[in-house]
Formats: sequence, C-alpha cells, structure tokens
Amino acid sequence: MSAVAQHSFVSHVAYVLRQNPVTLIAFTLLAALIVCAVFGPALVPYDPLASSDTILQPPSAAHWFGTDHLGRDVFSRVIVATRLDMAISIGAVALSFVAGSILGCIAGYWGGWFDSIISRGLDMIMAFPLFVLAMGIVAALGNTVENVIYATAVINTPFYARVVRAEVNIRREAGFVQAAKLAGNSDYRIVAMHIFPNALPPMMVQVSLNMGWAVLNAAGLSFIGLGVRPPTPEWGIMVAEGANYIISGEWWLALFPGLWLMLAVFTFNLLGDGLRDMVDPRQRL
Amino acid sequence: MTPRAKIISARILQAIPVVIGVVVITFLLTRSLPGDPAVYFAGDAADAESIQEVRQALGLDKPLPQQFFIYVADLVKGDWGNSLSTGQPVLSDLARRLPASLELTLLALFLSCLIAIPLGVLAAVKPGSWRDHLCRVVVTAGVSLPTFFTGILLIYIFYYVLDIAPSPLGRLGFLYIEPDPVTGFYLIDTALTQDWETFMGAAKQLILPACTMAIFTLAPIARMTRAAMLQALSSDFIRTARAAGLSQRKVLIGYALRNALLPVVTTLGMVFSFALGANVLVEKVFAWPGIGSYAVDALVASDYAAVQGFVLAMALLFVALNLIIDLLYAVIDPRIGFEAS
Repeated sequence: MSAVAQHSFVSHVAYVLRQNPVTLIAFTLLAALIVCAVFGPALVPYDPLASSDTILQPPSAAHWFGTDHLGRDVFSRVIVATRLDMAISIGAVALSFVAGSILGCIAGYWGGWFDSIISRGLDMIMAFPLFVLAMGIVAALGNTVENVIYATAVINTPFYARVVRAEVNIRREAGFVQAAKLAGNSDYRIVAMHIFPNALPPMMVQVSLNMGWAVLNAAGLSFIGLGVRPPTPEWGIMVAEGANYIISGEWWLALFPGLWLMLAVFTFNLLGDGLRDMVDPRQRL
Repeated sequence: MTPRAKIISARILQAIPVVIGVVVITFLLTRSLPGDPAVYFAGDAADAESIQEVRQALGLDKPLPQQFFIYVADLVKGDWGNSLSTGQPVLSDLARRLPASLELTLLALFLSCLIAIPLGVLAAVKPGSWRDHLCRVVVTAGVSLPTFFTGILLIYIFYYVLDIAPSPLGRLGFLYIEPDPVTGFYLIDTALTQDWETFMGAAKQLILPACTMAIFTLAPIARMTRAAMLQALSSDFIRTARAAGLSQRKVLIGYALRNALLPVVTTLGMVFSFALGANVLVEKVFAWPGIGSYAVDALVASDYAAVQGFVLAMALLFVALNLIIDLLYAVIDPRIGFEAS
C-alpha cells in the first residue's frame, strides 16, 4: 500500500468513526475485552479458584466486585472468565464460518440439486427455535464444553451459508468469472480464489453480529447447567450461582458477571452494526 | 382457484417438507442420545438375554429407517413416550404446561410491540438524528442483556429492594386458588369468571417475566419498524399525501405506519421463535411452570423422552405459527392476489 493510499484509508476510517461515535466506543470496548482475554490471569489480584474466609463480602477496595459464597474474589473470576467465554464463541463462530462458507459456495455456484438439498436442510435447522435446538444437541452429544461449541456452530451455520450462497450466486455468471474460466482455471479454484473473497465483507458483518449471539448462547447453556461446570469461572454459571443469593440481598454475585456478559454482547452487536454501515450503508436497518 | 387461494395452498404445501425435516432431525437426535434404552428399561438385574428381549420389544434391533417409521406412527398416534421424572405421558405434560408459556410469550410480545413500534417510528422520522442513535443504542442494549440476567436484576429491584412484586415463584401466589382451566391462560380464565382478585394476583406474577422477555425482543421489532417506515416514507403516495397538505400525524400514522406494519407482522414470527427459545431461561429464573422449565428440569434429570418431546413440540409450534402469519399476510395484504393474476 502506498503512503497516499494508506493515508486515505486511515482518514476514511477516521471519518466513519467521527460520523458514528457509537462505533468508536464499540472498538474501544473490543480492545478492552481482548486485553482481558489474553492477559486475564496475569491482570487479576487473586487466584480465581482460591477460596478464603472472607465469604459474601460486598464490594470493597480489596475486593472490587465483592466475594462469593466460598470467599473467592468475584472481580478476578469475572476477568479470567473472559478467555473461556471468548474461546467458546470464537470457536463456534469459526466453525460455522467455515461450514457455512463451504455449503454456501456449493449451493450458490453449482446450484441445482446441491442447492435444493442444502437450502432445505438449512431451512430445517432454522425451523427450530435455535436455543432449543442447541439444548437438544448438547443433550444428545453429551454435556461437555466441546459439544456446546458444536451446538452453537450448528445453529449459526445457516446464517453464514445464506449470505455466501447469495453472494456467490449473483457472481456466478459475472464477466470476471467467465474470464477466469477461459484462462483455464478449475471450478474449485474459481470459487475459492475469485468468487468467495467477494463474500468476505458481508461475512465479517455477520461474524460480528453472530459473536454476540454465540456469547449469549454459550452463557445461556451454562446457566441451565450445560457445558462448563463449576468451579470453572464462566459468566453464565456465575450468574446462575449468584441467582441463589439475590433474594437474600447479595446482589454483587450475579450483577457483575451479568454486566460483563452484557458488555461483551453489546460490544459485538454495536460493532456488527458499525461494520454494516461501513460495508454497505444501504443495508442499515 | 383464485390466485390468492393458489398462493395460500402453495404456502401450506411448503410447510410439509419442513415438518418432515423437523421430525427427522428430532428422531436422529433421540437415536444419538447417550446410553442404551434397552439396558435402561430392562432394569438393574437384567442379563444379556433379557436385554436382547427388551431391545426386540422396543424395536431397537430393526434397521434405522424402519425404526423411523415406527417412531412417526407413534407420534401420530399421540404416543410421545413417558417422562421419567413425572411418570406422565410427555404429550399430556406438554399440553398442560403450554398455556403458561404461551401466556407469558404473547404478553411479552404485546408489551414489546407497544414500545418498539413507536421507537421505530421515532427513529425513522429523522434518520441519523440523535433520536435515531439513541433508539439504536437502547434496543441494542436490550438485545444484549441476557434474559436470565435481566430476570434476576428485576427480581432484585422489584422484589428485594422495592418489595412491590410478589415472590418470583410460579404463576400464582399460594393465597390464590387456580382458576378453572378454560383456555389455560390465567388472565383470560379469571376475567371470564370475573374473579378480579385472582386476575390481579396472576397479573402481578406475570409482569416481571413478561417485561424480561419484552426487553429482549425490542430490537428486531424496532429495527424492522424503522426500516419499513423509512421505505414507506420515501414512497410516492407519501409525497402525494404531503403535497395534499395532510398533517404530519395523519401522514405518519394513517399512511406510512399502516403500510409499514405488514413487514413488521412477518418479523413477529421470527421474534416469536427466539422468544420461545429465550422462554426456557426466563421460566427457569421465575420458576414459571411452562414447557421451558419442564425441559430444563428434564435435561438435568437426563429425562430424554421429555426433552425430545419438548424440542419437537417447539419446532412444530414454530412452523405452524410461521404458516399462520404468512397466511394472515396473504389475507390482509390486498396486493398479493393482484400480483399473481
């Protein structure tokens, strides 16, 4: 990239962020989340699994978010949990990205029977209330963290496949595709190297919107006791444990992990909206 | 056949493969459940031979396709298996608990529409204004709040701190007597018998879970309203109406909103779907005796017939609902019949 082009790209991004301060906030929050996920265990003052005598303490200078029923520091647990929650959602989103891309390319490029079968199959997945299907899948495959990732990936795949299918389909007969064919490229090469890259911008929007869903979904599953087990710090479980203390007034146990979870989902949702504005201003809903 | 009847029957036909697919997926989920049902039903004292007998009795030795047809035949006959934890047939358990879930979900959607549609209209009147941004942030925050967390927060505020909500345990406080089931919706049943005291009791229990779910469903409805309003406002008939000197109010509500409501109704189907999913968590938090908490309890107790029945019931409910909404759409939108002719 030349210096001029680089300058104009930077100024374009700066322009977009100035026009839409909400997106700027979202990027800042994302950076904070990434720092927590990467350096989490090194940043926190206490061991997230170590219990102590100071149980059910309200927030104080020593324990910013208070302590839980085993005397563990809630702040440390919330921060450390970032990595696990992110790992589950990123894993799930990456899986559905890959599966959705492959299915979408096949359906969009070759069409015909492939298209009918794949599209109907995806419709069937969408026919279930998605959280309910995820519950069913985890119940069927077994109650482990990996299966929570698979279940989340399955319920999100149709969204990616649909985007890719539409993007591939409209370019199937495009001039540059015919030129690539004449130049002797194989079908696989054309789909992978020439057509699919065009689907990436809308896919990035989808990824960002989907990350929020994936985080919510994973936390929801562990809230009802699927996937992650205690004493592992994870937001959904911490809210579930905190729920037992809320009616006796120990609000900090559920509030902080819940807020953190909301913040993460909020970040991804805002980011998705912002990215959509950048990629395609017309699509903004 | 009129064009409209043709569209309607085509739409009904379209639902059939989806229903078949739903049944196939549920069947495959059941067959991949961990544990061997033959060993389970044969009991602790069973030897290899009696397990084999039970396997034959259950039809588990047959090839998978044949098992599938037996499964479908049982479903059609209304035999969805028995729940291990309640000992009752799954279908009757679900039927008994369904009204509680529907009452909650429908009220939540109603509340959500009351707030989200005006928000969407407000945002669409001046796109890009501070109101627009505010609406966007508010609804995004709503959809980012995990329902189980919102529920706990509302319980803390309204039950523990302010002490104006009843204890979050089920559909009615223990002081009240359950109304005779007519529709199974407590609000309607008590209104029918004019038992206003119980009506208020049920309403108080219902309001927090309904608000929890309403907050979560604001975003899609508000966004769809905004998008549909933007489109309606940019169309020719609005320009004509403005040129004719109609008041802003008349143009917005009488012309633009009426046309914008059609796509919003369609979105409601999708929203209902994820409200059903979210229901599971909300019911768990409020100890609401609906089918969602039934499924969670079943899941914890490894009661697979119940889980499977729940998944299937939810999916069928959802397919039926989408069908109804599409049909309604065909009935209320006068343009649909004409386009086809």
